[in-house]
Amino acid sequence: MTEDEHREGIKGMANPGRYGIERIAYLLMRLTGLGLLGYFIAHVYETSNILRGRMGWDDFLAMTQTTEGHIFLVLVIGMCVFHTGNGIRIMLGHGGVGVGQPARPDYPYEPASQNYRHKIGIYSSIVLAAVAMMYGMAVMFGE
Amino acid sequence: MAQVSSIADEQASTPLSSPKSILLRISKFNPKLDESSKFMEFTVPYQKWTTVLEAILDVKKHFDHSVAVRYSCRQATCGSCGMMINGKPKLACFTKISELDSDVVTVEPMNNFPVIRDLTVGFEKLFAKHQKIQPYLIRDDSELESDEREFLQSPEEVEQYIQFANCIKCGLCNSACPTMATDSSFVGPQALAQAYRYVADSRDKGKDTRLNIIDESHGIWRCHFAGSCSQVCPKGVDPAMGIQFLRGYLLGFRS
Repeated sequence: MTEDEHREGIKGMANPGRYGIERIAYLLMRLTGLGLLGYFIAHVYETSNILRGRMGWDDFLAMTQTTEGHIFLVLVIGMCVFHTGNGIRIMLGHGGVGVGQPARPDYPYEPASQNYRHKIGIYSSIVLAAVAMMYGMAVMFGE
Repeated sequence: MAQVSSIADEQASTPLSSPKSILLRISKFNPKLDESSKFMEFTVPYQKWTTVLEAILDVKKHFDHSVAVRYSCRQATCGSCGMMINGKPKLACFTKISELDSDVVTVEPMNNFPVIRDLTVGFEKLFAKHQKIQPYLIRDDSELESDEREFLQSPEEVEQYIQFANCIKCGLCNSACPTMATDSSFVGPQALAQAYRYVADSRDKGKDTRLNIIDESHGIWRCHFAGSCSQVCPKGVDPAMGIQFLRGYLLGFRS
């Protein structure tokens, strides 16, 4: 990047502090997407261990039965639930659903597209992800 | 740091008898001479109604006339004085210091625009992208014959696009957009909102042409509905809404 362009770059894209919950949801969506992609690649690698026979499969699977493995899976559960819930909200928004209707704006110009429906969608996704993570922890650590 | 004590009361936009003052930090940078930007700091008095632009102009008048700032109308109509004010893109003429709730006001050039000098940025790319989406009515009979009337619209048809016609091309939306922060080729919320403005106009017949223009790799699909563009728009244009409606056309949700 040249100084001439004066772009914020990744740092600006990832800075969630300035524009409210919508920008935080944007950042979480990127992070959970990358996390799930990483999990998908790891999952393919993990299941490919079946080619090493039963012993090899059991050895690799044992890694997920450790405390670190459980924490990793709890994070995957949280990422999956948030990405799904927020993804549905965004897909509906991308189709123009729930983003309000054009109207003559009045000061102080609250944007109709950033309405309570979308905020509820974001907070619900976060709460659902937290609940799913707690349930996952109860199942994995409660044995 | 400069002090205000030498300014005569009658010279300043804000009377120096004002009990309140802020530390105004102005980014100074000349790409042709400087390697990096630096901040100049000034103590500026203000009243309840003093805008950031007025404070900057006071600094220009009394302390450092070399501060480069673009402005014209001083009433949020021309879109010239967009800048980063305490980290968020705003119009300097439309931002009162008293509303910032801070003793320190930091002004920098808008992000995602090339810096010309200090607070002044280049708009060439913004205007090029604006022109790219063909911001005018497209129809075969656009030239009226002498005995014809104007293209009539109902009030309901006007409501469909009038909000988006408020755009003053200040560039704040492009500065706040997280995609613009990393993708210099992205067409940007300003141009996309204007594409919707004309697509939604009942007099226009160029919908397919415009949808083809924005349906490209650095076009509308790079928008991820972060909504920051709408939050910073000083005219209530709500580019995020227009972009989602445009995408609705492309996805088949709208016709």
